Amino acid sequence: MSDVYIVGTDMIRFGRLPERTVPSLAAESALLALDDAGLGIRDVEALYCGNLGQAGGMVAQRILAEIGQTGIPATNVANACATGATAFHNAWMSVKAGAYDTVLAVGVEQMGKGLLGGGRSGPSPEGLIGSNTMPAMFAQIGVEHMRKHGTTVEQFAKVSVKNHHHATLNPKSMYRRETPLEEVLGAEMIAWPNTKLMCSVNVDGSAAAVLMSESKVRSLGLMDRAVRIRASEMSSTPFAERQLAMPDFSAATRVAAERAYERAGVGPEDLDLVELHDCFATAELVHYENLGLCADGEAGKLIDSGDTALGGRIPVNVSGGLLSKGHPLGATGIANIYEISTHLRGEAGDRQVAGARLGLTHVVGGGPGMGTSCAIHILERV
Amino acid sequence: MSEPLVPIIERDDSGPYLVGTRCRACEHVFVGPREACARCTERESLESLRLADSGRVYVWTVVHRSFPGVATPFIDAIVDLDDGSHLKGTLADIDPDAVTFDLPVRVEFREEIPAGETLPYLTYVFVPSKETGDE
Repeated sequence: MSDVYIVGTDMIRFGRLPERTVPSLAAESALLALDDAGLGIRDVEALYCGNLGQAGGMVAQRILAEIGQTGIPATNVANACATGATAFHNAWMSVKAGAYDTVLAVGVEQMGKGLLGGGRSGPSPEGLIGSNTMPAMFAQIGVEHMRKHGTTVEQFAKVSVKNHHHATLNPKSMYRRETPLEEVLGAEMIAWPNTKLMCSVNVDGSAAAVLMSESKVRSLGLMDRAVRIRASEMSSTPFAERQLAMPDFSAATRVAAERAYERAGVGPEDLDLVELHDCFATAELVHYENLGLCADGEAGKLIDSGDTALGGRIPVNVSGGLLSKGHPLGATGIANIYEISTHLRGEAGDRQVAGARLGLTHVVGGGPGMGTSCAIHILERV
Repeated sequence: MSEPLVPIIERDDSGPYLVGTRCRACEHVFVGPREACARCTERESLESLRLADSGRVYVWTVVHRSFPGVATPFIDAIVDLDDGSHLKGTLADIDPDAVTFDLPVRVEFREEIPAGETLPYLTYVFVPSKETGDE
């Protein structure tokens, strides 16, 4: 079966854009991605749109109302923080299956400030029966790593120092400011051990990609800047011992990673860079091990070594990650595909990972008592 | 008498308790009722049980920022109950700096007013067990 390629991709700079509408944010990156491919909306045969906040609001159709109502099938996708990557995965499947040659995937989110979580009706158990906030949930995942491996608060905080540093090199990041270790550790405590600078930033944003069949890429002469999709794999929570009390993002990530490496016929040692789901500083270290970037229990040593910083052995979240670039839920999973694609094309400017040939993107979504979703993509320079 | 804050709290003549489900096929104990086993997928093997009222702290966090109207700080703990089930809850009556992995705790039932409500609900908390002299 022939491969599927990305021939155009882009994102808007993440930020706080309350005066915009969700469809207008999405339309902007959709047009940027089409421009990047040298195509127009009349070339697109289907649209998959990822958005969480207006999941019942027909955002895909409203995007077409802004950029051209050509009558194509338009599908709306919601899958927690894996929403954007799920839209991309569905686009990939439709091309892989031979249903279409040219498909547009768009991820978009407009978010308020404040903590994520909750969302149930009736009297809130918050505070009386633990916490349903995302910071509390991901704090416990870090504390579990402390329990098993002796990981320190400083090691988690170094993730924020690194990703905020990377963001200073990315013009599309929400924040572009250095945050020394003392500042990260001394910031407002949100849910121990995560301080405010160890939590991802709620922002508005969108990202888009144009996917194309191999035959179409060749017939249009677009192979020069095309990015090959070596794997597009998803998972839901496999049974894990404590998952109903604390969602197990590790179990889902390990399943999806195993499938993705097998599908691509590569291993973690072959990767040149990774964009993983650093929704909290505690999460990044856990995912080093889940994705096989180091052995179990070695994540603290890996961040200490500097190998996951730009210039190191396996740079992670060179974009600035969710911690600094920002985390507009539905857009995140396509924004990290944009980031990897940009490096593979050698177009990442000051933050370029030299000679990047193979990269991996990873997102997870979920909440207390809900289970998790995971999506992993492995992308290759043509 | 106050309504339970969450449906896993039930009551009989002896007072409130937490309801769980055991899978006879794989022995896993779940918090709350269920129709099939998420672990081994058996559908005919489930039986209701009262969850244990004691266990040990697996992990915790100290929540300093919560939703509007919720008093902070508080300790959110994941406790491994003695019957093998795993329960999330607030750990009360202890200084956050004194919490340790595997701290022995017991389940206690209390009437509390949730944030934004005016009437109390029946809820549960974890409290440190007294290692000696509990009886």
